[in-house]
Amino acid sequence: MKALKTGLVVGAVFLAAVTVWAAVQMMSIQVKNGQLRQRPSFLGPVAATLAYGTRVSVTQQRGPWINVDDGQGHVGWIHQSALSEKQIVMNAGEADVQSGASGDELALAGKGFNAEVEAEFMEQNQDIDFTWVDWMEDVTVTPEQAIAFLAQGQVEPAQGGE
Amino acid sequence: MNTHQTKRTTRTPRRMAVVSALIAVAVVAIAAGCANLAKVGTQIGADQGIITDQQAESINRTAEAVEKSFQDITPEQEYYIGRAVAATILDSHPADQDKDANLYLNRLGQTLAMASDRPETFGGYHFLLLDSDEINAFAAPGGLILVSRGLVRCCRSEDALAAVLAHEIGHVQGKHGLQAIKKSRLTSALAILAVEGTRNLGGEKLVELTEQFEGSIMDITQTLVNSGYARKLEKEADQTATTILERVGYNPNALVEMLGEMKQRLEPGGLDFAKTHPDPQDRINDILGAVTGWQQVSEPEVRHQRFVAAMGSGTGSGE
Repeated sequence: MKALKTGLVVGAVFLAAVTVWAAVQMMSIQVKNGQLRQRPSFLGPVAATLAYGTRVSVTQQRGPWINVDDGQGHVGWIHQSALSEKQIVMNAGEADVQSGASGDELALAGKGFNAEVEAEFMEQNQDIDFTWVDWMEDVTVTPEQAIAFLAQGQVEPAQGGE
Repeated sequence: MNTHQTKRTTRTPRRMAVVSALIAVAVVAIAAGCANLAKVGTQIGADQGIITDQQAESINRTAEAVEKSFQDITPEQEYYIGRAVAATILDSHPADQDKDANLYLNRLGQTLAMASDRPETFGGYHFLLLDSDEINAFAAPGGLILVSRGLVRCCRSEDALAAVLAHEIGHVQGKHGLQAIKKSRLTSALAILAVEGTRNLGGEKLVELTEQFEGSIMDITQTLVNSGYARKLEKEADQTATTILERVGYNPNALVEMLGEMKQRLEPGGLDFAKTHPDPQDRINDILGAVTGWQQVSEPEVRHQRFVAAMGSGTGSGE
């Protein structure tokens, strides 16, 4: 009877361990600059910036914010819209395309409409000027600037609306 | 199976021809968006032993892949589409080169975007003022948002300008621009990608893909500039706008106030929002149905002053 009980306990512990192990979810940074923040808010300071395609493990989630770890010592919060469940393949090989074609598990970086296609588009449409597009893309607002902007204008975020 | 083996060894040239023909049919079927037709073809091929099960599986996977929609455009591809859409619109609607006004617009817009449900896009949200008296705004996919001076003049407050920008953020969040791309173009582009695989695109394929890219840019630009979105999508963008305004701490009634001003200023038959957007009064009615309790918009003096200072005399409040 005692043996059965012990067996059950061991079994339960094992099951729990497997559940925890299985719950470690891997995701990929799907934006150009994946900024990890010290707290789950855009107004939190940037702790690290991860490159497009970086694989991260999910440690916890709070609303739309996910705490991730890249295994290289970079840990922080990032909004779920910057993450993909797919593995992003940076230099896709032939085998990746076979499974990438289904689009469910892999996404191929740099394929399809890419810098090469844009260059060809520019070549064929020389009257279309990208100068102001490049200019506006360079205008970036930091968390500190956003905080200062809101404070100066006496704009008070609704609770939890960060 | 053995007979098939024999056929394979003894009739190689003919078999090759049949395989080529079947693959050609499959590719045509894929390009036409007929995954089922492609599957029937590969099934016949596999049953006859003409192509291996593995080959059939591979072709079917490709066929399924191209049946997907705008939702499968990666953020990276959305980014390149958005850049070309913005550049194309700027060709006919020149930028306002007032740097201070543009920096203010970005402080406001990017802060608002942080509070949306899709704050992160591949290249981020960026805003640019257009030197145009038209009442117009364009949200290129991925977050490049263009707003005309004429539309800024419909804004009497920073809150109202925030409402304009939040509405455009709503279009990016909902990927409304990408939905304007004709399905056949996406299908063709994805078919080229799937068939070509990882090889560097040869000149011919690059030209083909660029044609689909150009076509996609045309579909989106045509919708933004001429035909406008369905009223349902405009309503969705207005709802997103009020949500964002509330989250950040702006008064959502400012959207109603701005639309009231726009109603006064829009000229019937105009080639701007008069053509591409639902009547402001209809939008007001929809919003008032969702916002609880109308209240007059009054903003702190310091906020109002910086709005007027940044946007100059060309604001609704400055006249």
